[in-house]
Amino acid sequence: MSITISGLTKRFGQTEVLRGIELGVDRGELVALLGPSGSGKTTLLKIIAGLEWPDAGRLSVEGEDWLQLAAQDRRIGFVFQHYALFPHMRVRDNIGFGLSVRPRAARPGKAAIAAKVDELLHFLQIAHLANRYPTQLSGGQRQRVALGRALAIEPRVLLLDEPFGALDAAIRRDLRRWLRGVHDATGSTTIFVTHDQEEAFELADRVVVMGAGRIEQIGHADAIHDHPASPFVARFMGATVELPVTLHAGRAEGAGLDLSALPRRALPDGAANLFVRPQDITPIPDAAAPWRIASRSSTGAHLRLVVRAPDGAEAEADLPRRAVNAEALDPGAPVRLRIEAGTIFPAERRAALPVVTPISLKLESSR
Amino acid sequence: MTAIDASPGAPHGAPIRAKRVLPGFTLSLGTTLLYLTLIVLIPVIALILKGAEMGPERFWRIVTSARAVAAFQITLTAAVIATIFNALYGLLMAWVLVRYEFPGKRILDALMDVPFALPTAVAGLSLTALFSANGWFGAILHPAGIPVVYTIWGIALAMAFTSVPFVVRTVQPVLEDMDPALEQAAVTLGARPWTIFTRVVFPAILPAWLAGCTTAFARSLGEFGAIVFIAGNLPFRTEIAALLAFIRLEEFDYNGAAAIALVLLAFALVLLLVSNLLQFWASRYREASR
Repeated sequence: MSITISGLTKRFGQTEVLRGIELGVDRGELVALLGPSGSGKTTLLKIIAGLEWPDAGRLSVEGEDWLQLAAQDRRIGFVFQHYALFPHMRVRDNIGFGLSVRPRAARPGKAAIAAKVDELLHFLQIAHLANRYPTQLSGGQRQRVALGRALAIEPRVLLLDEPFGALDAAIRRDLRRWLRGVHDATGSTTIFVTHDQEEAFELADRVVVMGAGRIEQIGHADAIHDHPASPFVARFMGATVELPVTLHAGRAEGAGLDLSALPRRALPDGAANLFVRPQDITPIPDAAAPWRIASRSSTGAHLRLVVRAPDGAEAEADLPRRAVNAEALDPGAPVRLRIEAGTIFPAERRAALPVVTPISLKLESSR
Repeated sequence: MTAIDASPGAPHGAPIRAKRVLPGFTLSLGTTLLYLTLIVLIPVIALILKGAEMGPERFWRIVTSARAVAAFQITLTAAVIATIFNALYGLLMAWVLVRYEFPGKRILDALMDVPFALPTAVAGLSLTALFSANGWFGAILHPAGIPVVYTIWGIALAMAFTSVPFVVRTVQPVLEDMDPALEQAAVTLGARPWTIFTRVVFPAILPAWLAGCTTAFARSLGEFGAIVFIAGNLPFRTEIAALLAFIRLEEFDYNGAAAIALVLLAFALVLLLVSNLLQFWASRYREASR
């Protein structure tokens, strides 16, 4: 089912949670809403589900206005972050719940429900769990049951809120592949929310990056990685080093910076900010350069260097420990920084975007 | 010397005693058990011994005497009425207190404890004043042919008043702890409000509700102070078992008092057992957890 969202806004008291969302999702597409906590992604998902209501805007599915429909009538499958399985029902009854609560006229017979449940149990590879209670299941198993319960009503749209958030890494990878398989087999339009970039990029056809109630960028992994549309996305995607540069005829210049690897940018002359990933910075010993190595630590495979300029500016650089001239990079050594890749945004744009907060930096480093 | 050898260890073979995180286990458990023995166990045993003293025949004669049987019947009937009322009203009250926000909610919540805090005699007096033929409510009910004071309805009323907090206070926390996502999940699956209540919410609070109702029932069986004022205490009509035991005691008929008290005790123990079994059954899906 194709979904069209336009001009969607929502505030909780003083906080604007959504500030004008425009988004289209095609039939059968698998879309990820990616963003740090507080970016409004879960609220957007709940509005699509009918569990929250926007203050303004439109939401239509296959041309039908969904804001006129109660959640019960939308026929969506919603998988909750902590699964929300009914604790007093066995797995079988959890999965059959959606069918058994239909109005009498539309309700399938007991045998039909049981058959449907059996089919799903096999499809989701959890047939042996049919008679267990949710408390007797592991996290991954609960996740499968939650998905089964959502799929049982043959939802027009499948929505998942941080579907793998509460699972450990290995199970998460397995389930991710499994979910992709389920999606391909059912062909349902699917939207899921995550704060995990790897998850979003591996699983989704398209990724919607959200920050502070706005959609910052929509695209595929490579495009978002290489060409972030805003400083927010750049930071969120790991370009945590921000260097002030000066633009001159499309070329960036900065004291002690070797920016020749960067392509020309069609930006006006003047002050700008360069966003770089620590891995894309190569310090090169240079007695005339203003940068000094402030500290050096090793993770075994990688060296992490902190370099500092006389004006106090700091940057981090990651490089392989066995790199050429790595031994020469001792604290106090003067270096220039060769930037292998990065994104430039005009400096004033930052001021115009108060929504870009260091929160994304913290999230980034905690991953 | 490796690091392991260098560590100052206990002599070989000596068992290592794990240190408890919280000290004073022996002392606190001992005090509790002693207190429990003095205040609960010894009086109960004394009562049973007193009952045993008179022999089964005498015991049977006392508890099956017409007056005693009538008292038990009245007590049980009134307690059942009061408990049915409390089960419904207490559930509704807990629901209102948890689910809605309204001005004065905190006050209402605090008022729920009044029956606990109020001396039962005071409760009995005020209920009698309200429901007697010239009281505020009695003035309406009495002409309408519904006498409350000096009838079994009065007894049930007094019982209901003193025991309603048991239901409210056991259901309330469970309702508060319910994950809102459960109901949201039911909504997305197409369930209507009433279905959500009967199939999702109610099963979750059922164990607590049953426990609250059983405690309220047990409390009703034993209520004394509030009832004696409103009941009129007519033998065979409005005389409750606890009062009969009291009357026997006043008459220095210790055996008669003990026999009736023993029956009440048996009721209480059976109820306690039933309450626990019900809870165990209703939360069977939790037992297996993790």
